[in-house]
Amino acid sequence: MNLREISGLIFIIGLGFLLGAVFKCLPYGEPITGVGQTITALAPIEVGTTNIVASVLLAYRGLDTLGELTVLFVAATAIGMVLGQRDPEISSQPEAGFILKTAANILFPFLIILGAYIILHGHLTPGGGFQGGAILAAAFFIPILATPASPFNHHISSLIEGFAGVAFIIIGLLALFGKGYFLAPLFGTGEVGHLFSAGSLPLLYLAVGLKVGAELAGLLARLQETEASD
Amino acid sequence: MESIMTIEETGWIYILSYCGAIGLILIGTVAMVIYHHLIRIILGLILLEAGVNLFLITVGYRANAVAPILMGDQVPVAMVDPIPQALVLTAIVIGVGVQALALALVIKTYKAYGTLDTKELAEKIAQESGTHLIDGIPVSLPAPALVRQIAEEKTP
Repeated sequence: MNLREISGLIFIIGLGFLLGAVFKCLPYGEPITGVGQTITALAPIEVGTTNIVASVLLAYRGLDTLGELTVLFVAATAIGMVLGQRDPEISSQPEAGFILKTAANILFPFLIILGAYIILHGHLTPGGGFQGGAILAAAFFIPILATPASPFNHHISSLIEGFAGVAFIIIGLLALFGKGYFLAPLFGTGEVGHLFSAGSLPLLYLAVGLKVGAELAGLLARLQETEASD
Repeated sequence: MESIMTIEETGWIYILSYCGAIGLILIGTVAMVIYHHLIRIILGLILLEAGVNLFLITVGYRANAVAPILMGDQVPVAMVDPIPQALVLTAIVIGVGVQALALALVIKTYKAYGTLDTKELAEKIAQESGTHLIDGIPVSLPAPALVRQIAEEKTP
């Protein structure tokens, strides 16, 4: 054991005691702030979602979600810069086995339907743009795993990504000019619990879902292409 | 409806969940401090993130509460705090972006130097850039030594 490991262990033991002491001070079973309860009571009336997490994410903390999308966009762009473009001449991996290829063909439409369902019902049921977007990305990435030679169109994915991001910001700006607050929910609440309700939130979640799906699919495809080109 | 939990059962949920969060945070930190392999350091970071997420979710937990989703015309019973859940959703997505970027950098590092061991990497980078290694960390020469070196080069 060298000095670095010993000092590391001492640091970790100290960190453990510190975390234990902090967690012991937390109030158990009682809300630390009243914000959560207030939002739970007000969200169905003000925003009109039955999934209260969605109203927190897109209405009360919409600006933070925009920041989160920006972080994801910067990460995807940085990966594109670091890994660079694929050289199509370099030999790619051999095709996958029969089972994966067949399953990829059969699963593709079902994954698209499931992802679209989860995105569009994000304001009603558990799920939403991020989860549905991840499923959409999986739908487009599984065929690449099955047949690595098939090219992934990075132009289309970046186009979708860009338009979705612009749509999110435009909805926010419309709310800024119409209601005075950036990303305030538009178009009223509608009938709570129905698909077309909660105003502009389903549109925002659709933009989030398309953006996350395109970004994750492009990111996975880039990592896979780098592996294949060696 | 499910049965109502007693205070003791609720207490055990808190204790186990907080212990799991502390354990995950500590295991992740141990991995990041002790290992010299870049992939293992990234795995430590992922464990650390999982621990922090578990901690945030546990803060929002309330006994005998349901998920913050309204069901039809049912009068809302006690619900868990929705804000930590939204925070964790954000944290997971950002975590995925950070991990993917870290892995892309690891791929580039391996292509450039052929190793992922931080000690070997430090030596190779030091050789390449002409810096010194002190305790495995590449440092530039201190100023007096640099001046002496330049002086020696000028008067051979």
